[in-house]
Amino acid sequence: MKTFNDAKSTQNESKWVQFLLIGTAVLFLLVMLVVPLITIFIEAFRKGVEAYFVSFNDEYVLQAIKLTFITAAIAVPLNLVFGVCASWAIAKYSFFGKSLLITLIDLPFAVSPVISGFVYVLLFGAQGWFGHWLIEHDVQIIFAVPGIVLATIFVTFPFVARELIPLMQEQGNDEEQAALLLGASGFQTFFKVTLPNIKWGLLYGVILCNARAMGEFGAVSVVSGHIQGVTNTMPLQVEILYNEYNFVAAFAVSTLLAILALFTLLLKYMLEWKVARDLAKLKTDE
Amino acid sequence: MRLNFGMIKRSKSPIPGFGLTMGFTIFYLSIIVLIPIVALFGEAFSMGFDEFIRATTNDRVVASYKLTFLTSLIAALINTFFGLIVAWCLVRYTFWGKRVFDAIVDLPFALPTAVSGIALTTLYSHQGWFGQILEPLGFKIVFTPTGITIALIFIGLPFVVRTLQPAFEELEVEQEEASASLGATRWQTFYKVILPTVFPALLTGFALSFARALGEYGSVVFIAGNMPMKTEISTLLIITKLEQYDYAGATAIAVVMLLISFVMLLLINMLQRWSAKRKGMEAI
Amino acid sequence: MTIEIKNITKYFGNFIALNNINLNIVPGELLALLGPSGSGKTTLLRMIAGLETVEETDIGEILFNDVNVAHKKIDERDIGFVFQHYALFRHMTVFENIAFGLRVKPKKERPNNEEITQKVNKLLKLIQLDGFASRFPWQLSGGQRQRVALARALAVEPKVLLLDEPFGALDAKVRTDLRKWLKELQTQLGITTILVTHDQEEALEVADRIVVISHGKIEQVGTPQEVFHNPANEFVINFLGSVNLFHGRVEEEGRLNLSHSLDNDDTKFLIRPHELEMVSKSSADAILLATVKHIQLAGSQVKVELTHLDNEQKNILVEVSHYEFNDKNIQKGDVVGIRPRQLRTFEGGAGI
Repeated sequence: MKTFNDAKSTQNESKWVQFLLIGTAVLFLLVMLVVPLITIFIEAFRKGVEAYFVSFNDEYVLQAIKLTFITAAIAVPLNLVFGVCASWAIAKYSFFGKSLLITLIDLPFAVSPVISGFVYVLLFGAQGWFGHWLIEHDVQIIFAVPGIVLATIFVTFPFVARELIPLMQEQGNDEEQAALLLGASGFQTFFKVTLPNIKWGLLYGVILCNARAMGEFGAVSVVSGHIQGVTNTMPLQVEILYNEYNFVAAFAVSTLLAILALFTLLLKYMLEWKVARDLAKLKTDE
Repeated sequence: MRLNFGMIKRSKSPIPGFGLTMGFTIFYLSIIVLIPIVALFGEAFSMGFDEFIRATTNDRVVASYKLTFLTSLIAALINTFFGLIVAWCLVRYTFWGKRVFDAIVDLPFALPTAVSGIALTTLYSHQGWFGQILEPLGFKIVFTPTGITIALIFIGLPFVVRTLQPAFEELEVEQEEASASLGATRWQTFYKVILPTVFPALLTGFALSFARALGEYGSVVFIAGNMPMKTEISTLLIITKLEQYDYAGATAIAVVMLLISFVMLLLINMLQRWSAKRKGMEAI
Repeated sequence: MTIEIKNITKYFGNFIALNNINLNIVPGELLALLGPSGSGKTTLLRMIAGLETVEETDIGEILFNDVNVAHKKIDERDIGFVFQHYALFRHMTVFENIAFGLRVKPKKERPNNEEITQKVNKLLKLIQLDGFASRFPWQLSGGQRQRVALARALAVEPKVLLLDEPFGALDAKVRTDLRKWLKELQTQLGITTILVTHDQEEALEVADRIVVISHGKIEQVGTPQEVFHNPANEFVINFLGSVNLFHGRVEEEGRLNLSHSLDNDDTKFLIRPHELEMVSKSSADAILLATVKHIQLAGSQVKVELTHLDNEQKNILVEVSHYEFNDKNIQKGDVVGIRPRQLRTFEGGAGI
């Protein structure tokens, strides 16, 4: 059955209605999204190009950038492994509690980031459940890097899984079963058969995961302690700079994050098309 | 974490790896999600019922609930309205820069909330581009609930648009042609045929946008001003209490918000299942 | 309402979908647009409906009661349209589907709720689905859905009813039942109806007149009788019913030589299976000899498949009544003579 984009339909609004709707939509997007985006760059360069680059000459800022990258470098691969395991388990087998599992994976999307961070403070903070044990063993999680990583993992772990689950479910088990019958081991099957099939979905999920991991603010803010040079990620550093009225620096660091965001959008756009095409190919093969 | 896999019935699948993948999945989820949430509820219970009620119902907290709820609701409604228009235009029309606008819709998704927070604050502040125009007209945005609402509109927009786009894309032309052949005007066709068809998606988008707004922190906390009883959202209140070592107070609020999140999650799941069922009915 | 199609030519890009179509539709008739896929029949129907975009390169007029409606939109043409896949509104009950056209009328013309209920119930009775008013489309069978689609189109009392391969998506039995029912209904209501189909059996059974279309051109217009027994050209005879193709020459004294070799001078002869007769192989009337390969006795006629004696690749199909067949005592493997009861050629040759 034909959808609008397949057929050149006569069913359309009058020209002026179209004009009005497009105008409204564009205006809304410009005002709500584009202008704030531009503001970031304008404010960063408000005091000139030199002032912009000077902002990065700061030890704290550099440490913050470093911490952001380290956090992402730990959180994303871990979430990748999780995502693959979870979607493998969900797509290849049937078991009791599967929909509960899927709902659980969606949880971070519904929970406030502040609460996400807060629950770790409850567990690992000085007054927390494991507080005494940690102090005795001289391990610090909250107000230290491990806590930041943990909180980041919480808010970003669904991304890879959510991409892969529908993809792998749609792809089915036939190819894997064929490989096993031909004598391949589980791991061989995964790397040689499954992985090539899911590579675009995987990449897509990783990109989203990374963007969120680098940009997370609320959850990390709770567990961080805001110790400059030690437990500040880039978003937290932005907050500190802003609260110190160092607007140029705050926006300068923000431009880095904005560029990352735009880059993410670009990659997302390109990959989306690929993933959709893969899914569509599967559907027509049926 | 030792789990008895015999309890989890699985089909006799010849594909190996169930133990490994399932084991790791449950282990990971337990550490990252389950135990922390259990800890939260545990803490709440250890407070005792009376203290819990007191912590969640004092004036300042209730004010934050009202503010959070109201601003989130209004933002979600506005997003639903404009999101509908945006999604429709992106699916149905071609216009200059459409691809760019389509990609830009995801910006709130990709941009760190702190960055959007300071950008919006600067924009609507006294010296900001929008603030300069609006304040003389009597519209003060920053440090008011209006500012909070605007920030929540920003972060909730992608949810509505991205949920509606596939729904619009899957509409069948023949339904619109049939409607027109029966004499309906274009508006009647939209209102009586198209809108009811995409209604589940619309509702889902609204729910997602609303849920996200309820829990938002970063983009709001700069523009809000955070004045207790006036512009203090619940998430901020949790952090404030934390900084004052009032763990009990923070826990109480967190539990209430978490319960609401669970309800929203359930609702959204049901809505998504309703959408899927509707789609299934069409494929007969 | 009289409908006149004048000099309609339609392009899709560089592709000519309809090439100079001229057609007059008789009020109250059931006209079938018959042709293979891609012939342009659906395009023509949709142009009459107003569902096709009118490009600058398109020529011609469509006159409803002598008024050119070519630029009028579909909701202004007062037509009823039934789609191949029903296009019922899924979120509405059967009742609401049928009532839809009445509910969207401009306020001045809109009937009140009571009138609507009356009308809808009357239609439900007409389509023999009273009791189904509160069901949803997904609860109905294909045939039921199509009937609802028809009722929905009829509810606004259109001047002409257009059906786009309405039975294409249904099972064979349902199809035959439904088209009989449609014919009865149409005769009863007297509404001008145009039906698009690729099923020649359907067209022959149901239509008052058939328009045979191929590659955007009208090949023939006529009653089922005319089109089947007096086909205007090779395409028509090939499309309606099965036909045997022979190459040959008319030699001196009117004798027919149907050799199997194709010669550019040879004429093409097209003969229907029931126009051939099997005779004894020694009969002087036989114009060629053939071997019986297969006899199909199940059916209202006996279908005999033969191959040309000198050319195994050439198949010949003969249809005879059971009575005739029983008289002749023919069996598989027999060699028989073939004699035409009637011959037809389209290259200026005379019929025998």
